[in-house]
Amino acid sequence: MTSDLDIFVGNTTLIDEEVYQLWLDGYTVSEAVSRRLRGGLLERSGTSVSVLQSDTRDHFRTFQMLERLLHSPPRLCQQLLFQIPPPRQAALIQGYYAFEPALARELLGKKLSKGTKKELDEVSARTGLSLRACRRQFDNFKRVFKAVEELKGPLAELIQQHFLLPPPLARDYAAIVFFANSRFETGKRRLQFLSFGDLAACAQHMMGHWTQGAMTPEAAEPDGDVPRSFLQDLKELKVLVSDKDLLDQHKSLVCSALRGKISVYNEMETNFKVLDPCRSDHWSLGDLRLFLGSYTTAPRALGGFRHQLLWERYMAGISACLLRMYHE
Amino acid sequence: MPGKLKVKIVAGRHLPVMDRASDLTDAFVEVKFGNTTFKTDVYPKSLNPQWNSEWFKFEVDDEELQDEPLQITVLDHDTYSANDAIGKVYIDIDPLLYSEAATVISGWFPIYDTIHGIRGEINVVVKVDLFNDLNRFRQSSCGVKFFCTTSIPKCYRAVIIHGFVEELVVNEDPEYQWIDRIRTPRASNEARQRLISLMSGELQRKIGLKVLEMRGNAVVGYLQCFDLEGESGLVVRAIGTVCTLDKLSNTSAFLPACNSPSKEMKEIPFNEDPNPNTHSSGPSTPLKNQTYSFSPSKSYSRQSSSSDTDLSLTPKTAPSPQGPRIFLFPSSPTLSCDSPHLKKSCLLLSGSALNPLHSSHVSPVVLRKSVSFTEELLLAASGMGSGSAGKEGGPFKTLLRQQTQSALEQREFPFFTLTTFPPGFLVHVGGVVSARSVKLLDRIHNPDEPETRDAWWAEIRQEIKSHAKALGCHAVVGYSESTSICEEVCILSASGTAAVLNPRFLQDGTVEGCLEQRLSWQPGFFSIGSEKGEVDFFPQSQDSSSLLGIEEASPPGCGFCHIPYDELNMPFPAHLTYCYNCRKQKVPDVLFTTIDLPVEAIVIGKGCLIQARLCRLKKKAQAEANATSISNLLPFMEYEVHTQLMNKLKLRGMNALFGLRIQITVGENMLMGLASATGVYLAALPTPGGIQIAGKTPNDGTYEQHISHMQKKINDTIAKNKELYEINPPELPEEIIGSPIPEPRQRSRLLRSQSESSDEVTELDLSHGKKDAFVLEIDDTDAMEDVHSLLTDAPPPSGFYSCNTEIMPGISNWTPEIQMFTAVRVSRLGNINLTNQTLNKNFNDLCENLLKSLYFKLRSMVPCCLCHVNFTVALPEDELVQIAVTAVAITFDKNQTLQANKAPTEKSQQRASTDNEEQLQFPLELCPDPLASQPSLPAKEVLEGATSQTGIPAAQRAASLDKTSPLAEGYLRHRSVPSCTNSTVSVVKMTPLSFLPGAKITKYLGIINMFFIRETTSLREEGGVSGFLHAFIAEVFAMVRAHVAALGGNAVVSYIMKQCVFMENPNKNQAQCLINVSGDAVIFVRESELEMLPVQPSTVVSQPTSSGGDVTT
Repeated sequence: MTSDLDIFVGNTTLIDEEVYQLWLDGYTVSEAVSRRLRGGLLERSGTSVSVLQSDTRDHFRTFQMLERLLHSPPRLCQQLLFQIPPPRQAALIQGYYAFEPALARELLGKKLSKGTKKELDEVSARTGLSLRACRRQFDNFKRVFKAVEELKGPLAELIQQHFLLPPPLARDYAAIVFFANSRFETGKRRLQFLSFGDLAACAQHMMGHWTQGAMTPEAAEPDGDVPRSFLQDLKELKVLVSDKDLLDQHKSLVCSALRGKISVYNEMETNFKVLDPCRSDHWSLGDLRLFLGSYTTAPRALGGFRHQLLWERYMAGISACLLRMYHE
Repeated sequence: MPGKLKVKIVAGRHLPVMDRASDLTDAFVEVKFGNTTFKTDVYPKSLNPQWNSEWFKFEVDDEELQDEPLQITVLDHDTYSANDAIGKVYIDIDPLLYSEAATVISGWFPIYDTIHGIRGEINVVVKVDLFNDLNRFRQSSCGVKFFCTTSIPKCYRAVIIHGFVEELVVNEDPEYQWIDRIRTPRASNEARQRLISLMSGELQRKIGLKVLEMRGNAVVGYLQCFDLEGESGLVVRAIGTVCTLDKLSNTSAFLPACNSPSKEMKEIPFNEDPNPNTHSSGPSTPLKNQTYSFSPSKSYSRQSSSSDTDLSLTPKTAPSPQGPRIFLFPSSPTLSCDSPHLKKSCLLLSGSALNPLHSSHVSPVVLRKSVSFTEELLLAASGMGSGSAGKEGGPFKTLLRQQTQSALEQREFPFFTLTTFPPGFLVHVGGVVSARSVKLLDRIHNPDEPETRDAWWAEIRQEIKSHAKALGCHAVVGYSESTSICEEVCILSASGTAAVLNPRFLQDGTVEGCLEQRLSWQPGFFSIGSEKGEVDFFPQSQDSSSLLGIEEASPPGCGFCHIPYDELNMPFPAHLTYCYNCRKQKVPDVLFTTIDLPVEAIVIGKGCLIQARLCRLKKKAQAEANATSISNLLPFMEYEVHTQLMNKLKLRGMNALFGLRIQITVGENMLMGLASATGVYLAALPTPGGIQIAGKTPNDGTYEQHISHMQKKINDTIAKNKELYEINPPELPEEIIGSPIPEPRQRSRLLRSQSESSDEVTELDLSHGKKDAFVLEIDDTDAMEDVHSLLTDAPPPSGFYSCNTEIMPGISNWTPEIQMFTAVRVSRLGNINLTNQTLNKNFNDLCENLLKSLYFKLRSMVPCCLCHVNFTVALPEDELVQIAVTAVAITFDKNQTLQANKAPTEKSQQRASTDNEEQLQFPLELCPDPLASQPSLPAKEVLEGATSQTGIPAAQRAASLDKTSPLAEGYLRHRSVPSCTNSTVSVVKMTPLSFLPGAKITKYLGIINMFFIRETTSLREEGGVSGFLHAFIAEVFAMVRAHVAALGGNAVVSYIMKQCVFMENPNKNQAQCLINVSGDAVIFVRESELEMLPVQPSTVVSQPTSSGGDVTT
C-alpha cells in the first residue's frame, strides 16, 4: 500500500527550522531524511521512517512553493497564500539570503553572468557546498544586483528595503554588488589571503568615502559605482608619484613628521606606500595607521599640489582598506 | 426595489504577467451581479493597478441579493484579440443582509482561476443599502441568521429552539451537459462554481423562509452538502435547527459573571404587574387541564415534509423578521440577560396552549389576547407546579411528559442538528439511532420538483424517528445526514442520538415561550418573598426543578445517562444497573451518542479518540444487482463496526462514546466503514468489564497457551490504558450493583465473512452489555488477527491527546495557541488477490500512520490535544483510498492540569471562567453543603476570573505566543531580525471548534460557505498530485481567510471541509479537485485584552446574593 498523495496543510504554515536548513543546503528529500535519521530524531520522537519521509517531503514541497515568494520578500509579507507570523517570515528570508562567505569570496568581483553560473560546479567542489546551494546563493547575488542596479541612494539601505534583510546582511550584499559593479580583481594571487569579510569591509570603506552617495545623499548615480568623475580626478593625483620633485618632497615631509614615532623608521623610508613590504618588515598596525595619517596630511605642506581635498578623500578610503587588509 | 448593492474596485497587486513582450499587464475589472455588468477602465502596463473606480450600483430585489453571488472578473485588455481572463472573485454578500453581522466587505481578495490557482489580489469594497419594506410579497428571507456552529452561538441566548428544518434543490450538473464538450475546462469549471453558488444561495433563502414561518430568527447547526450525482444531476441539500436567538448585550458577553444588576432591573416590571391578582392564583386550578388538552398546531408539519415551501401561503401570514421582536419588546430587555440556569429552573408549559398565535392572523389584537390568556394559564400551572414540590410530582410529570411528547410528535421530525445544548435541555439520552438506505440514481427530470430525493430522505427520517420512539425518546439530537455515491448507486445515511428533551425551549414557534417562562417561575418567586432573593428560592437547580415538577430529582451530572425507556419493556436486551452517581435511576452499562459530552457530565479521567475501521470486498456489478449486494453487506458492516467500537472502548477501560460518526463509503469493488468517536468514562455508568478470550478448540495445549498469552496482553493493555487516561473510579460497595452474571448464551460472536448465514444478521445482538466481561470467541485465524489488530492501535505519544468532540473531557486549561490543519492521503491498494483481511490491515495501517504523522508534525506543540478530529474516506477509483483529516491542535498547560486534579473545585471554577456563558457550574457535586457555601462562591469565582486574566496565565499566554516557531526562536537567538513591518495581512484563525481557547467571541459576522474547483493539465509541472492538492488546499484556506478578513473578522469557527473530491488522470497529466468548506466568520477578543476593558469587579462582589443564583446553579 503506497501513498500516492500525502499532504499536510496547516492554517498557519508549519515550518521546521532543521528541515529548512537541510533544504537550503541543497539536500534531496532522501538525503535530508537520512541526515535527520542520523540526528537521532527517530529515537527522540518514537516515530517511523515512513513518517519522517512523509514529513520531509511535505516540508520540502512547502519550501518549494515559498521559494517563488522568497525571491521577492516584500511579497512574502503581503501574500495571502501562506499564513506565517512576521517573525517567522523574517527568519525564512534571512535563512534564504544567508550565504557562505567562502562562496561569496570566490564570486567577488566576477560578473554575475551565465558564464559564472556555469563555473559554479568548480566553486562547489572548492567550497564543499552542494551545487544547489551554490546556485541559490549565486542567484540571490544576481537578484539583489539586478534589483538595485538602476536605483539611487545608499546601497545597503536599498537592499534592506527591497529584501527586508537585517542590516549586517544587507551591508554584505551591498559589498557584493559593489565588487560586481566595479569588477575589482579580487581573484589575484596576491589578494588570496583576504577573506570575504576583509573585502566586504573594504567595499564599505570605499563606498563610504568615494561614492556619490557619500558626498551627496540624493546622488544622481547609483551608489554601487565609484563615480566616473572621481576616477577621472584621481588621474590628477598621479603627479604625486610621477613628479619626482613632488614625490621627494612628500616623502621627506612624511619622514620628518614620523621620525621617532615609528619603530621601523628605517624600513619605512625605503618601502614607501606598499603593503606587502610592511608585512614582511613586521610593522605594527599602529605604525601603519600613523604612517597613513601622516602620509595623507603631508601634501598640505606641498607647494604646487592643488588637489588636497581629492587626495584626502582618496586616502581616507585607501587608508581604511589598507588597515583592514593589514593582518596576518 | 428593496436593495442597492454598491461595489468599488480599488486596486490590484501582484498580478501575473499577461503580456510577454512588455512583462506587464493591462488589467481591467468586470463587476457582475445578476444580469448587470460594470467595467472599470483599463489600467495600462502595471502589475499593481490602481483603479480607484466609482461606486458601481446594482438595484436589485432582496431575493436576488440572497441567491446571487457578486462576481468580479479581472481581465487583461488586448486590443487585437479577445481579452484574457486573469481570474475571478466570488463574494457572498449574504452577511451584509442582516443587521447584526457585517456592515461592509472590504479588503484584499485572492484572484482565483480554476486552472492557474491564485493569481494576484484585488482590493474591493462592497456595501448594501436595504430598504425596509415590510409589506412586500415575501420571497426572500433576509435577516435570518445562519450558523454552522452546532451549539447556541456564544454571544446569543436561545429563547426557543423550534426544531428541524430541511430543504434541497437540484439541477443538472454543467459538467455533464452537452455544451461541456465544446467549452474549455475553465468555462466548465466556472459554470459549475457559479451554479453551485447560486443553488446554495437559493437553498439558504428557502430555508430562511421556513425559519420565518416557524417564527424563528436563526438556523443553528446549519449543514449544507452537495451530492454530485454525475449524469443524474447535482443536489444541494441542507439541514439545520431553527431557533429564536436573542443577542446578549455586550456587557453580559464580556462579564458573564455579573449580569445580576441588569437582572434586578428587569425584575421590576414584574413587580409592577398590572394584574397582581394573577400571582396569587392558587396552586391548582381547573385551567391546567385545559392547558394539556389543547391540540398542538399543525402548521409546521405541513412544510417540513415538502422540500418546496409553499410560498403562496407565506406573504400574508408570515410576519417580518422584526415581527417577533416587536412583540417581545416589553419583555426582551428582561430576557436578554437571563442566565441559563434560571431558565433551567423554570417550568415549561405547553406550547400548544398558545395555539391562537399560530393562526395566520397576526394582528396586535389577537396577540394581546393570547398573551393575557397565556399568562393565566401559566400562572395556574406554575402554581400547581410549586404545589407539587418534592416527591409529589409524579402525575404532573407524566402529564408534562405526555404533553411534551405530543408537542414534539406533532412535528414531522423532532430532530436537532445541535450537538451541545443549554444546560438542562437534555433530560435523558437513549442511544444512537441510525438508518441507511441504498438507492439507484436516476435522472432528475424536473428540477423544480425533486420529489424522489425528498421522498428518499423522508423515508430515512421516518425510520430514525421510529427508532427513537422505540428507545422511549421523543426527539433526536446530534442529527446529521450524509451520502456516498459511486456510479449510479447512492447510500443515504442518517444518524443521531435518541433523547428526551426538556420542552422548556421547545415552545412551538411562539415568542410567548419565553414570556411564559418568566411568568411561570415569577409567581413562585414572589410568593416566597422577594426580599430573600432567588438564591434562597433556587438554591440548586435540582431542587428547583423538582419543585416545579419537571422531573424527579435528577442530578445534573448523571441525569442524561438515565434510561428513557421502560425497564420492563426494553427495546433491546440491555444490562441495567442503578446509576453510580445518584443511585436512584437505572443506567445502561454502555452509552453511545452522536453529541458532544454535556458540560455537566461527570467524567473520570481523560477521553480518547476511538476508531473502528473496516473494509468489505464486493463484486463489481451493475445497477440493481449492485445495489442489492451493497444492501446485503451493510448490516454485516454495521455489526462489525459496532463490535470493534465496543472492543476498543473496553480495551481503554471506558464506558461511553460521544461524537460517534459512522461513515460507510461505497466504491466499485468494496465498501469501507470508518467510525470515529471519543471514548470517556462516565461516573454514572458501571465500570466496564474486561475482555475475555475464549478459544474454540479447548483440548489443544499450545492453543490454550496462546489464548492465555493473548488474554494477558489484553489485560495489560487495559491496565495501561487506565493509567494513561487516568481512569480511577471510586470503589463502590457491591450491593448497589445489579447482578452482573455473565450469560454464556448471550455471547456475541464476531462475524467473520459474508458466508455467515444471514439468519444471524436478523438476530444481531447489539447489546454487549449482558455480561460483565465481554467475551471474544476465537474460532479461526481471522479472529486471531482481529484480536491482534485490536491491540495494534498505538496510543498517542506522550503529551498528546486526541478526540473528535469539541473539547477533550478532562482537559480544561487550554492555552491560546491553535493550529488547524487538513491532511489528505490517497493510497493505492495492491490489486492482487485482495482479501478482506489484507484490506482491513491496509486500511488500518493507513489510518494509524496518518495519525502518527500528525503527532510527529505537531510535536512542537506538546502538550496538546487534537480536537474535533474528523476523518472522511472516499474511494475515488478502483484501488484508491482517499482519507482526509481536518482537526485542530490546541495546546494546554500541563501544570495546571495537575493542580486541577488535586482540587476538583478549583478545576471546575477554572472551567467556568474559561467558558463563562455556558454556566455549567453544578456546585452540587463539588460542595457537600451547597447552601452554606453558595454565597461565597460567586465572589470567589469572580476573583478567580480576575486573577486568571491578570495573573500568571496572561504571562504564560504571551510566552506561548512567542514560542510558536522554533525557527523564529532559533534565529532570534543569535541575530536581530527585522520583522516585515509593512505587513498588511491580518491573521485569521481557523478552527473546527465553536470557540477559541482563551478568547471571547464578540460578534458573528455571517456564514462562510465556499465551493471551489481546481483543475490542471500540467500535473507533473505542478509537483504531481501532492503538489497540486497541497497548493489547492492552501489556496482554499487563503480565500476563506481573505473573506473573513474582508468582513472585519479575525477567525472562522466551526470550520468544516465538507467535500474534497479529487480525481486524477496521470496518463493525461491531468487532475481535478472540488472542495466545499464552511464555517462561521467571527470577531474574537483575547481574554488578556479583555482585561483592558473597564471591568468593575466591585459592583459584582458587592452583590453576591443576587449573582449567586446565576453563577452557581
